[in-house]
Amino acid sequence: MCLSIPAKVEQIEGYFARVTVGGATYQANLQMLDDVKVGDYVLLHTGFAIQKLNEEEAKESLEVFEDFKKLNEQLDEEEKDKGERIV
Amino acid sequence: MIKFIDEYRDREIVGEFVERIRNISKKPVNLMEVCGGHTMAIQKFGIPSLLPAHINLLSGPGCPVCVSSRQFIDHAVALSRLNDTVIVTFGDLIRVPGSSSNLDKEKASGADVRIVYSILDALQIAQQNPDKKIIFLGIGFETTAPGTAIGMQQAKQKKLNNFFLLSSHKIMPPAMKALIDEGVNISGYIAPGHVSTITGSKIYEELSEKYKVGCVISGFEPVDLLKAIYMLVRQFEEERPAVEIAYKRAVNREGNIKAQKALEEVFILKEDWWRGLGVLPESGLQLNEKYRALDAGNFQVEIEPTREDKGCICGEILKGLNTPKDCKLFGTACTPQDPVGACMVSHEGACAAWYRYNR
Ligand code: SF4
Repeated sequence: MCLSIPAKVEQIEGYFARVTVGGATYQANLQMLDDVKVGDYVLLHTGFAIQKLNEEEAKESLEVFEDFKKLNEQLDEEEKDKGERIV
Repeated sequence: MIKFIDEYRDREIVGEFVERIRNISKKPVNLMEVCGGHTMAIQKFGIPSLLPAHINLLSGPGCPVCVSSRQFIDHAVALSRLNDTVIVTFGDLIRVPGSSSNLDKEKASGADVRIVYSILDALQIAQQNPDKKIIFLGIGFETTAPGTAIGMQQAKQKKLNNFFLLSSHKIMPPAMKALIDEGVNISGYIAPGHVSTITGSKIYEELSEKYKVGCVISGFEPVDLLKAIYMLVRQFEEERPAVEIAYKRAVNREGNIKAQKALEEVFILKEDWWRGLGVLPESGLQLNEKYRALDAGNFQVEIEPTREDKGCICGEILKGLNTPKDCKLFGTACTPQDPVGACMVSHEGACAAWYRYNR
């Protein structure tokens, strides 16, 4: 019941949007959000869009993961050089 | 590929986090999740098996159905026996055992009990059945309660005088405080992702400061959870507990203001009973003066005396003091097909999640 899923906004009519998750279509009430646009991703919970997903943040966090991988490799190299755990 | 999901299940990134956690974690530590969605995800993705043995993940009071009182079910059962009444609820609730019955059994013996996905469906039922009283069972934390608030606002606007709410809605921070007050050993909370979507990260600030406990808000994919655990372990090792967000694509400090306003307009805080924790002040949501006429609590019904099941240790499990495997009934007398306690009914309950993924 607590589940909320990322859904893509396909069409907006008044307070309602048609949203899709994978292939399935649902209706989402938009009364809790401002400025939702077609193409946005929202979290869908018991028939309500409860938040817009922030693509910038998502992209950034995925980039951080990439950096993180590089950092890990780097640290591993250094650790190997020194023969001890750094972090 | 499903956007916002698949990229957070990337095996390589998961591996990186696991390695980094193993590298920085030195001391034994207890981390607790307080969200049913996390309970499920942690078991489903086998997160504990990826971590060093001294990082102990505890399950807390995060499943709304599990923490709600048996009296709430008994109350709903009593209401379902009234004439011309329709009980409308989320599917999770219908099989939760009451003292001597449950809603499923009442339905089988003729009561009008209907399952909906949203309170908006319940409003429709009310509009289509003006000669019946429609009672919606409101259950859930800050994620779900704003939907109920908007539903009640609509009922009022549309002057639906046959629509009522029986509320078991609760808010999370009082329970997080109560656990520490009770002496449960918790060094960090994996804070609930979708509760925080609504409330913002600010609601944990007082708790984190006062109790010196870390609160890192996590999403529901493996990368999210491992990132949150990594941040909590780092805080713990560096002895600087704080509120941090590991789920920034959906959570910020302020939360969803419109949803918070809807809550304020419709509800007031009241003391409420939590399984395992007992009565906590200002932890439940009740309709306020303006909406009192729509409160199904006003109906005159006789509620049977509450009888708890012997042997069910749900309460201890919800406090993180035991795991489902410590219960003698787990998997034998108590299964998802024939549940003894609420923790085995809801998918988000610890017992149900363990039964499904970790038996
Ligand atoms: S296994 Fe069943 S009886 Fe045991 S604690 Fe869980 S819900 Fe209660």
